[in-house]
Order: sequence, then structure tokens, then C-alpha cells
Amino acid sequence: MNVRTSLLLGLALVVAFVAALIVPLRPLLGVDRQLAGAVLVELRLPRALLALTYGAMLGASGAAIQALFANPLASPDLTGTTSGAALGAVVTAYLLGFGAPIALSIGSVAGALGALLLLLALAGPKAETATLLLSGLAISALAGALTTLALALAPSPFAFYDAYDWLMGSLIDRSLDQAAFAALPAFLTIALLLRLGPALDRLALGEEVAQSLGDNVVRLRLMVICLSAFGVGACVAICGAIGFIGLIAPIFARRLTGGHPGRAILPAALIGALLLSLADLTVRLAPLGRTLPIGVVTALIGAPFFLWLVAHMRWRLSA
Amino acid sequence: MMLEASGLAIPGRLFDASLQIAAGELVCLVGPNGSGKTSLLHALAGIGRPNGKVGLDGVDPRTLGPSWKPHYLTYLPATRDVPWPLLARDLIALGGGDVAFPALELEPLLDRRMDRLSTGERSRVLIARALAPRPKLLLLDEPTANLDPLWQIRLMELVREEIAAGGRAALVAIHDLDAALRYADRVLVMDGGRIGAEGLDGQHIGEIFGIERADGEWRPVSPSADPQSLP
Repeated sequence: MNVRTSLLLGLALVVAFVAALIVPLRPLLGVDRQLAGAVLVELRLPRALLALTYGAMLGASGAAIQALFANPLASPDLTGTTSGAALGAVVTAYLLGFGAPIALSIGSVAGALGALLLLLALAGPKAETATLLLSGLAISALAGALTTLALALAPSPFAFYDAYDWLMGSLIDRSLDQAAFAALPAFLTIALLLRLGPALDRLALGEEVAQSLGDNVVRLRLMVICLSAFGVGACVAICGAIGFIGLIAPIFARRLTGGHPGRAILPAALIGALLLSLADLTVRLAPLGRTLPIGVVTALIGAPFFLWLVAHMRWRLSA
Repeated sequence: MMLEASGLAIPGRLFDASLQIAAGELVCLVGPNGSGKTSLLHALAGIGRPNGKVGLDGVDPRTLGPSWKPHYLTYLPATRDVPWPLLARDLIALGGGDVAFPALELEPLLDRRMDRLSTGERSRVLIARALAPRPKLLLLDEPTANLDPLWQIRLMELVREEIAAGGRAALVAIHDLDAALRYADRVLVMDGGRIGAEGLDGQHIGEIFGIERADGEWRPVSPSADPQSLP
């Protein structure tokens, strides 16, 4: 990634962040300054921060997971990581009855870790696309079914209604404290994932070659999985499961890094942050008279892209 | 000795192998399929969790990190598949070297993606990746596979030239017995996960494979030639 591209990406991020604070402008102008300030700090700032944080986390972990499985279709959502995290959060909140943010984070990280380890066991370290997608699909379906079961068994009659946010993802009505609960683990995780970038690039030469070059591939795999589970789990605990950002951002990012999968972690984080901020802006500006879940927006844009990607890979294989 | 290795073992595949290689030596490794050639290379390169001792100029290369290890040894696997469609240039750079070998005529290939090269072209790029860091010890698994006859000769001569530069050696697993006998200073024969014979006696090595040289060609040993099988 050259300097110009980095600057452009950074500038786009700043614009998206400022837009997230001031758009729509009208509610800020008609009221007194104190109320406008409260709207900015209490409502819009956490939401804008969460969009940046969660998007960056999804992009970075998507890039790392794709590099690890040597497969451009691996991502936190398609591997079942986010559904596993959502299951962990729902079980913690509604079955075990712990509603504190820290408990939700722990439950959700455990769920994400379980899903990723299950994927590794099912699909193996060098997963064929079909095996990876089928395993991810099975894990997502299982986690989804278990989440529904947990909600059905939950003592609270409003569990289904409450859990809607977690299942479709939402950045709305989160406090600054909650934003910090997602942001601190996410940025720590991204920083640690960035350090693994060079080793993930060497892994692109093949596992045996990477080992012969001096990399500890077993430790690398474990670190990527634990870090992704930790960062994504912490974000899911606050914002629920949001799909497709972790798939799309790394694919764009690798166009900036000449195809290097490890070097793509930083640009993928920036692009992921930008994409989720834009998706949130779409949610606010959609003239529907009510708020769309942000997961619906990312899926509506992401799913066709995913289909195109699958078709493109098929053409390339048959060519 | 430049390389001293002893007690190398990978459970079920390689049993208590010991070998020494002197600087400047090109040692070929031959043996039937599944005899442990690749496992021996893995054990030396530190792939998997091999047991045993390895000393390369007094250093165990398996303990070195990515910034040093490629200068001690590099390993070319037998597979020509690369998991990511990297550019040839980037692939060589990721291997820790920055030299594009004129002898391998890579210039037209460098800016092409690995998945768009022919198998033979890909082989040359992968070989360059192993040669570029100029390691003390080259571990090459079937380097001549997929190469046309001219490139097979050029490659083996290139490996000879490279290690002649001083303080360097190569261990090459190869199926082509004639090439092994022509280019090697020494041939090690592997059988059943152990280093069996060594030397340059083609007739003796052929016997291990169940082949013999007749009229300038290798042929399967005919059962009728064996006196014991006569009635």
C-alpha cells in the first residue's frame, strides 16, 4: 500500500467519522446547545466509534483468517465465528443470566473460539473452498439453531425481541462505556494481528516452506484463531453479528498490497471501518421512516458480492 | 564437516538417520517411493517436529527465526502448488532473498502471477526462491521434476556452480538415477525410512530398486536372470 492510497483511505475514514457525527444535521440545529451536545456525545459518538471499531476488527480478522486458511472466502461470518459469538452472548445473557458487559464479552469470545476451533477440526488447516464453506455453513446453522433454542428456553418472555439486535447486529443506543468495551479489545487485537502479518505472508508460500523459513506455523495458527475470536467476540458482545464486512474488506485490501495476504491486515482494517461506517450512514439516511438493522444492509450489499465472487472463482477454475 | 546430523527421526517415517556433508559437496538422495527421502529433508529443515541433532557450521538451523534461517538453509518442496496467487517476484522476495538468477531466465516471469505460469515455469520460480537467499545448505526435493531436458541439465549445473562458491553444500532428493550418478559427489540410498547404502556404484544402487543396467538402459531385474529362481 503506497503513501497516497493510505492518505486517501485515512481521509475517507475521517470524512465518514465526521459524517456519522453530524448526519442528519437537522435534529442538532433545532434544539438548544446542551441537548445537541448530548445527542452528539451520548448517541452519535458511541455509534460512530463502534462502526469504526467493529468494521476495522472484522476487516483485520477477515484478512488474517483468509491468510491462515489460504482461502479468499474465509471470513468471520462465513466460518461461523460471529454466529458462535452471538450464541455465546445469548447463552450468557438469557440462560445463565449474566447481563454485565464483561460477562457478555467472555461468553461471546468463548462462543467465537469454539466455532473457530470446530472449523479447524472439521475443515483442516489448508481448507478446500467447498470444505471450508460447508463446515462454516454447518457451524453457522448449528449456532443459529442453538441460539434460537437458548432464547426459547430463556425465562424472560422478551428474550426474542431483545435478542433481535444481536442476531442482526445493531450500533444504536450503545453507551460510550459499551463502545470502549468493544474498542479496547478490538484495537489490541488488531495491533497484535498486525505483528503476525509478515509470518502470514510467508505462509502464502505453503506451510512446509513457511516452517523451513523459520516460522512456527502451529503457534501462528493458534494465535490468529485466538486473537480473531477475542476481538470479534468482544465486538459481537456489544453490537451483535454483522456479516460480509470481514469477507469483502480483505479482498479489496489485497488489491492494494499486490496480493500479499499478511500485509493486507492494516488496509483491510481501514476498509472494514470505512465500509461499516458507510453502511451505518445508509441506515440513517434510508427514507423508510424506521431504522433498519445494520446487518441487513451489509448482507444486502455483501451477499450479491459474495455470489459474484463464487461465480468468478468457478469461471477461473473452469478456464 | 559443514553439516553434522544424527539420530534424526520422525515417528513412522524416518528412523535414526545420521549424515555428514562437507562444504562444496553435492549429495543426491535416491530411494523408492515412500523410502523417507522427503522425511529426511523435513527433519533437516525443521518441518514438523523432528527428533535428533542438526549442526550446520555449529548452529542448529531449526532454532533460527525467519531473518536468519534462510541464510543457513532453504528447502524446495516437491509440490509446485502455491496456496496464494502471488507474483513470482514477490514469492522470491518472501523467501528471504533478493537475487533474481540470470541463469534461470526469470525476467519474463517475474511480474506474472504464479497461478498463471506453466508448471515448468512455476518450478523455476520456486527453485529461484530456494536459491536466492544463497544458503549454506540447499535442501531440494525433486528439483528437476516438471523441467524440460535442457532445463534439467542447466539446473543441476547451476546447483553445482552455486555450491562451488565456497562454504555451501546441497542435498538433493531425485528419482533420476543417471542424473544422480552424473552430478553427485556422493549418493545416499534410502530404504524403509533409513539411510541404507551410499556411494557411486550404479549397479549396486540399481539392485536396491530392483533394476539393472542393460544395453545402456535401466530395466527391471528379470526374474529368470536370478539363478535361485531357476528350477
